[in-house]
Amino acid sequence: MTDINQLKYSYSLRLGDNAWILSHRLAEWCSNGPILEEDLALTNLALDLIGRAQGFYKYAAELEGKGKSEDDIAYRRNERQYFNNLIMEMPNGNFADTIARQLYVSVFEYYFFRELKNSKDETFAALAAKTLKEVKYHMAHAADWTIRLGDGTEESHKKMQKALNELWMYTGELFEMNDVDSELMAQGVSVDLSMLKPKWEQHIIDVLKEATLAQPEDIYMQTGSRQGIHTEHLGHILGDMQYLQRAYPDAKW
Amino acid sequence: MVAAKHTKEEIFELLSQIVDPEIPAVTIEEIGMLQDVNITETGCEVIITPTYTGCPAMGIIEADIKALLDEHGIEAKVKLVYDPAWTTDMITDVAKEKMRKYGIAPPVNSSCGNITVAEREIECPQCGSQNTEVVSRFGSTACKALYKCNDCKEPFEYFKCH
Ligand SMILES: [Zn+2]
Repeated sequence: MTDINQLKYSYSLRLGDNAWILSHRLAEWCSNGPILEEDLALTNLALDLIGRAQGFYKYAAELEGKGKSEDDIAYRRNERQYFNNLIMEMPNGNFADTIARQLYVSVFEYYFFRELKNSKDETFAALAAKTLKEVKYHMAHAADWTIRLGDGTEESHKKMQKALNELWMYTGELFEMNDVDSELMAQGVSVDLSMLKPKWEQHIIDVLKEATLAQPEDIYMQTGSRQGIHTEHLGHILGDMQYLQRAYPDAKW
Repeated sequence: MVAAKHTKEEIFELLSQIVDPEIPAVTIEEIGMLQDVNITETGCEVIITPTYTGCPAMGIIEADIKALLDEHGIEAKVKLVYDPAWTTDMITDVAKEKMRKYGIAPPVNSSCGNITVAEREIECPQCGSQNTEVVSRFGSTACKALYKCNDCKEPFEYFKCH
């Protein structure tokens, strides 16, 4: 791979991994949703994310040029070779925990893909434009529920606030940048994540205000995913997700 | 097999029979998924674009295209593109009317920037009443939302603006 392709490969993998791992989490809600409509909604979101992961993995495989398919990338890597943000792998918990995760992530993705659609890389730009439309629905879904639960009963308010507080320490990492970011940014390919942070924070504060919820306090931010270091949860996800390919390599339907 | 000499128009004509497996009332051409056909040395390349990135119908559509053209001795490659990004603006008016008759409320006007406002005046495909309300933004497929009609009391699906 040329240097630029290597960088784009890393970037594409990171974006694919975020979508792929979160998709797996949301799919775990299938048949466990609190109501039928929500069961459908959460799995619809998961489906959007699978499609997005497929697009970014396909592009990563193309850049790598070793004839791999998107499935090879999805199913044949180990934990340390995944670069999704830690928040994506956090367990579903109760419904409020899932909604808090959705809120933090979808608002971030909204601002992120809004920028990436201006990328000088045509594939990133096209995938971002497509994704942006879908993310708007994800964001509206998460905000609606945050408001409904926050401004709901005493119990739902308490659970929503607890969920927001507990996940807050995983949000700092969304904005972390490394060499891949800075070098691609210089070429107009990637997004300046530091620019997104104030917009993201303001948006979250606005939603929380409407939901009568408090903004969680900044204490300590978790980190690791840019180096492929994860929480214990990712290994369990992969064990479940990759079982079939590992046990029966090249299995076909 | 000698590559059959089919023109681009003839291939389009053939492909216009293929329906969207999730809404069999409309074809992939009418819904805007069929983007282009390029004649190649060995046959042709069909360019399609997904409605939603995760649209599970794409695999079936690709297989349907290949099978149909194969029947006519045309070797087809199917290429999936994301640019231009599909929008509900690509759905023809004829297709929107077919959707309504099929029981799905078609997208109102153009691809809406504001998803929350535009969803209020959706007409019931059964009785035509505008007294309807959204049950969930997500329906049986990614492209549809769940609604109910407060007049005829029927639930229905709405093809979301996108
Ligand atoms: Zn009605």
